[in-house]
Amino acid sequence: MTLNKGSLLSMSDKLANSTTQDRLRKRRQNISVLFRRDSELRGKLGIYFGAMLIILATVSLTIFLIWQGLRLFLFDGVNPLSFVFSGNWNPGDSTHPTYGAFPMIFGSFAITFLSVIIAMPISIGTALFMSEVSKKWGNKALRPVIEILVGIPSVVYGLIGLTFIVPFIVAHGGGVGYGLLPGLIVVGLMIMPTITSIAADALQSIPQELRNAAYALGATKWQTIYKVIIPAALPSLLTAVVLGMARAFGEALAVQMVIGNVVDIPHSLVKPAATLTTIITLNIGHTTNGSPYNHALWSLGLILLMMSYIFILITRYLSRRSKVL
Amino acid sequence: MKSQVSNRIAIVLISACAGLMALIMIALVGNVFYQGIGHVTWHFLTTVASTFQVGGGIKDQLWNSFYLLIVTMIFTIPLGVAGGVYLSEYAKQNRVTSFIRSCVEVLASLPSIIVGLFGLLILVNTFHAGYSIVSGAVALTIFNLPVIVRVTEDSIRSVPVDLKQASFGLGVGHWYTIKKVLLPAAFPGILTGCILSAGRVFGESAVLLYTAGLTSPDLDFKNWSPFAFDSPLNPFRSAETLSVHIWSINTEAIVKDAPQVAAGSAVVLILFVLVFNLLARVLGAWIQKRMGGKS
Repeated sequence: MTLNKGSLLSMSDKLANSTTQDRLRKRRQNISVLFRRDSELRGKLGIYFGAMLIILATVSLTIFLIWQGLRLFLFDGVNPLSFVFSGNWNPGDSTHPTYGAFPMIFGSFAITFLSVIIAMPISIGTALFMSEVSKKWGNKALRPVIEILVGIPSVVYGLIGLTFIVPFIVAHGGGVGYGLLPGLIVVGLMIMPTITSIAADALQSIPQELRNAAYALGATKWQTIYKVIIPAALPSLLTAVVLGMARAFGEALAVQMVIGNVVDIPHSLVKPAATLTTIITLNIGHTTNGSPYNHALWSLGLILLMMSYIFILITRYLSRRSKVL
Repeated sequence: MKSQVSNRIAIVLISACAGLMALIMIALVGNVFYQGIGHVTWHFLTTVASTFQVGGGIKDQLWNSFYLLIVTMIFTIPLGVAGGVYLSEYAKQNRVTSFIRSCVEVLASLPSIIVGLFGLLILVNTFHAGYSIVSGAVALTIFNLPVIVRVTEDSIRSVPVDLKQASFGLGVGHWYTIKKVLLPAAFPGILTGCILSAGRVFGESAVLLYTAGLTSPDLDFKNWSPFAFDSPLNPFRSAETLSVHIWSINTEAIVKDAPQVAAGSAVVLILFVLVFNLLARVLGAWIQKRMGGKS
């Protein structure tokens, strides 16, 4: 009892005696806490700094690219609607420049949709094979190969297109060989591993009970796949396809190597064409900063950015759908 | 009976898809190797690229690729791990956290050319860093950050919660727990992810076209001062990497043996991507095995 009282007394003593000097000492400790190796605060600050930098990078990227892309419309007086829908692209003309981005937009969408139409059936089929038909072969042989293929750089796919697919098209009567056809083959080959690996992951995360229940009802393997597995995995499978499309839309160098880069709406698959990315990569290094031509290229970049955000919104919507199921 | 038949047909079709996929991919990689492997000699790897004459190599490009990869990783790994630790440990369920998650998602799905354009706009045009290794590395950091963040977050989340609670139970602070318990336990996963992303960075080209540039000065491999303009270590010189070289030699070069050089470079590039992949697998499995008893 007395001991307790004594300690209490000394505590109140300390409180009363806390002078300015003590407070100063305490503050010095607070600062030195930042420089100690095992300081909690220092670690926490470092971590928060990393997190804030992610926000900073994303927000500044978006804002600066939007602002740079709007310059053509704000300062050079080009009508945004005619920029998107007009087909006359001649920004380098010194007397009468025209800014019509429609051929590039058309090229980008054509490459994206056609390549996905080619790649989707094969990829989803392969993913079904890996998760439903033969797990052993799928996991032992196909999965490692596909993971490596996802990592193969896009220029290598472009090079394959240039040295293998273009000469093949020329040999079979396809004119100069450059155009949408080699472009969509190259992009299709490139996004096939991407779609396959995401789709296979989605299919393998379907609970085994669903399959067992279907088999118990006497369904065949195909009936199980068609009536149970695919409906259950549909949002995730669509996510895989949309991610593939996003990759196809944004691919620059591989397409640029085989498409021919002529800004015109092509009348056949083997006529040279152009996409947003190819025209940007070809010209942005050679135009003067601040010229309308340069601004027009940044506006093409703005369209690309907007489309990327649309793809992101679609995947977000789909992933919310797949959580409901 | 009918369902049996359709089942058989469907299985055959699905297997055919898988077979076709495997066939196409083997044909592609085989084709690249067939065309290029003959050109990959020691001479090819150790000779500088030539502008006009036949017989150029890829010595400088190979060096640039590795140097850029190392600088990028020095930037990316601390930032990415910090972001991942934040999301898995410090983040509360609020708007800021979900905004950071959206940012990671956006950065991960933006096309690489957009990141390259941002690098051109901010680093090259606004801060006048020029076409340089620093610009390239910062742009690649933005490109690579989301991968490291996700890998770190997943690895830390998969650490058993008992370890964390045991550490808290001993009266250890949060950050010290992260540093001494969670990060070491998550290390194999983070390392594997970093090596895999290194393969991605090594082959990336669209980000680098207008940040690290399409040319590099003639490097003097006897001069290692980081401030000399022809030093291999100078971070402010332009640097053409191997994958950019494949592109530029096909679109802009005038040498006669461009197809051979490109094919050889592609083989080297694929080989390094393969090495990174195998390294990630082997090293990850090895560390997992060694640490298996402890964690």
